[in-house]
Amino acid sequence: MPSLDDLRKRITSVKSTQKITKAMKMVAAAKLRKAQENAEKGRPYSEKMNNVILNLSKSITDKENAPKLLVGTGEEKVHLCIVLTADRGLCGGFNTNIIKKAKTYFEKIISEYKTLKIITVGSKGYDQLKRQYKSYIVENISFKESKNINYFDADKVGKIIIEKFEKNEFDVCAIFYNKFKNVITQIPQEQQIVPLNEDKDDKDDSGNDNDYEFEPDEDEILSNLLPKNISTQIFKAMLENSASEQGSRMTAMDNATRNAGELVDRLTIEYNRSRQAAITKELIEIISGAESL
Amino acid sequence: MSNLFNIDIVNPEQSFLSKDNVFEVVIPAVEGEIGILKDHIPIISFLKPGIIKVFSESEEQSFYVEDGIVEFKDNTLSVLTSSIFDLKDADKNFVSESISSAEAELSKDNIDDQKRFLLNHKVEVLKSISIN
Repeated sequence: MPSLDDLRKRITSVKSTQKITKAMKMVAAAKLRKAQENAEKGRPYSEKMNNVILNLSKSITDKENAPKLLVGTGEEKVHLCIVLTADRGLCGGFNTNIIKKAKTYFEKIISEYKTLKIITVGSKGYDQLKRQYKSYIVENISFKESKNINYFDADKVGKIIIEKFEKNEFDVCAIFYNKFKNVITQIPQEQQIVPLNEDKDDKDDSGNDNDYEFEPDEDEILSNLLPKNISTQIFKAMLENSASEQGSRMTAMDNATRNAGELVDRLTIEYNRSRQAAITKELIEIISGAESL
Repeated sequence: MSNLFNIDIVNPEQSFLSKDNVFEVVIPAVEGEIGILKDHIPIISFLKPGIIKVFSESEEQSFYVEDGIVEFKDNTLSVLTSSIFDLKDADKNFVSESISSAEAELSKDNIDDQKRFLLNHKVEVLKSISIN
């Protein structure tokens, strides 16, 4: 049975933890709004980019000579996985969910005796993966210094991917990130970016094929556009990720604050009970002492 | 009948400009400048460094772009670019910095003709901005 003093100390410590989690929740809520705005603002660009590429790939007749970034190398031996995570913890299952999703994919690749290469973006992903998959990690990128998600960072990652592709270091590339659905729900996503998978739901408008004029020809535009598209996809993933991270942190911290409150209530009752017990005990001692006289 | 069409300029971070009352846009496409009027046939092209001029009923705007893709379809011109700024609020320092970095790039030996051409062009355009 803890003494009164111990209980008092525990109550104060839980209370101060509660203050911290409460503050973190509010900070996350403020950041979430901004991140969400950014994610929404960034959407038109990636959507338009997708449209253009879709229109272009429809008009490509010569599939054999189409750029490799679009149709792939024809093999799928080496898989490159880009795992996008946060740089900071204390955000609930955010990082773990991405890692979990990625790990199932990794296991599949390994069990099929294909080569696996991993690039981690964000330090938390690296921390969690290095225990098990250290030998597969080829690069570890972190943007701790940049306060906001910017396109420049995404472009850096994109360029690394392109460079590796040109050196024939991989055949298939997939990215892992959390898609922001709402504050409580974030869905871990696996998206293949090389070769480009056409979205099946976009196919229904294939009836109205526009006869585009291309300047210069299709191939050249495509080979110019595809590297940009990779950066764009990564940027989109980073935006979604940052909104998800803040949302996830907000929920986690909200829960933590509530749990701390419950703990304080319970400890206070225990404290009061044992204090009362001590008083009663003393009274009994006094009374029985007086009676014996 | 009106001779107006829509323009959307977007960069990765946000929608940069969106207008529905323009009657002519001049874009620096990679094989030369293109002037686009209403009911132009659908076109996809990409940009070289240069100036986009947007003529609307009320005003005329000019933007500097470094690269990007344009698509014209159904009387909507979409410009996707990662680097764009309005000539009105051009930052002198930024312009001169870009010039010197482009020139530094030019002095390297390992660039091909196409890149050299683009860089030369970029320097030219940037210089014309900084004079104004």
